[in-house]
Amino acid sequence: MNVTIVDYKSGNISSVINSFKEVAKDKVNIEVTSDLNKIKSSDKIVLPGQGSFKSCVEALNKIKGLKDTLNEIAISNKKPLLGICVGLQMFADVGYEESETKGLGWISGKVTKIDNQNGKFKLPHIGWNQINIVKDSKIFQNIENNSHMYFVHSYEFIPKDKSVILATTDYSSNIVCSVEKENIFGTQFHPEKSDKSGLKIIDNFINL
Amino acid sequence: MLKNRIIPCLDVKNGRIVKGINFVDLKDAGDPVEQAKIYSDGGADEICFLDITASNENRDTIYDVVKKTSKKCFVPLTVGGGVRSVEDINKLLNCGADKVSINTAAVENPKVVIDSSKKFGSQCIVVAIDAKKNGEKWEVFTHGGRNNSSIDALKYAKQMEDSGAGELLVTSMDKDGTKSGYDIELMKKITSNVNIPVIASGGVGTLDHLFEGINSGASAVLAASIFHYGTYSINEVKEYLASKDIPVRI
Repeated sequence: MNVTIVDYKSGNISSVINSFKEVAKDKVNIEVTSDLNKIKSSDKIVLPGQGSFKSCVEALNKIKGLKDTLNEIAISNKKPLLGICVGLQMFADVGYEESETKGLGWISGKVTKIDNQNGKFKLPHIGWNQINIVKDSKIFQNIENNSHMYFVHSYEFIPKDKSVILATTDYSSNIVCSVEKENIFGTQFHPEKSDKSGLKIIDNFINL
Repeated sequence: MLKNRIIPCLDVKNGRIVKGINFVDLKDAGDPVEQAKIYSDGGADEICFLDITASNENRDTIYDVVKKTSKKCFVPLTVGGGVRSVEDINKLLNCGADKVSINTAAVENPKVVIDSSKKFGSQCIVVAIDAKKNGEKWEVFTHGGRNNSSIDALKYAKQMEDSGAGELLVTSMDKDGTKSGYDIELMKKITSNVNIPVIASGGVGTLDHLFEGINSGASAVLAASIFHYGTYSINEVKEYLASKDIPVRI
């Protein structure tokens, strides 16, 4: 089996690569590429994302044909795809970081700044927070409710259809921190940096 | 609920661990990769490396340490020391660092902070502030505490937030290595003045010092020697803080 981590120059993905390789060992081949043919022939896709919503969308659009290829894989072919952090946020129709930017539109909704209640909550939301699992999912198999995950973000995804929400985390409000829609999965937190629980989620995704 | 982070810091020189006392007099003690793994297995919320390699020809040793560590530790790794440019940051991130802390370069050329936070995102840019009290105010020191920039630390902290820093790592030079506790007054002033997380550093000797650090408004507490010399384990620290109703990840 091939799992491809999409390298679209969206910032630092070495931790994502290291964690997937650690979990995959020799059983699964982990590719890191922006090559469209390799992405197309892959069994599963990981879409990381660091920096701003706008910079990630722009980086994605810079690689000719990448957006169409991702649409084909995720929407037409329905191959499992995991978006991490801004990777998840890009599922939205629109994001408002820096300026209004169109997202991939896979899961209807918007990405807006976390309400810090007039400075009561520091931003970015950095550190370990517990996740409240609201819906069963294969990617949360053997993950206990209230497990700690590592977060770094200032913006949150607000999906229109609340039934896609798998988990939330409490930071000024209940922030959506994981979603699932058919074959599309996303985590706002960083499983690659969330120690054993995070690696388990990666393992669950690889074994879908 | 977001937990307060406990961050063990390892001072690394030429690829080996050392621990400074008041920024001088270094003692040697071991392999940073192995130690980082022990910390992360022991429940460290993040790992911090401070590279104090002086000579340029040995600068590459830190890249090797970061590469090896990031393949073994799956908690965030912050690396600082000698970071001069956007290219240095890029190199450390490519080796597997999750955040890079910038000290002297941020004072001399704040544009490094602006440019790097734009390029890589604020989430991976930590500005390290070494501050020393002078009368009623605190001044920012550079070059590992050797040079006084005379810049007001409180104003500088705000400026760095505006420039795109995602976090501030504030070290009291008066307290560092003394085991007499964080400079609480400094931490309180900075944490109440900025809206980004602050990591308190410099002076931890007891469990109570860590408690005081978090009570001063810091989102995370960093310590080196208490962990390095085994005075306390990460778990002991967390159990203690939990008993004082401080939210920690256990």
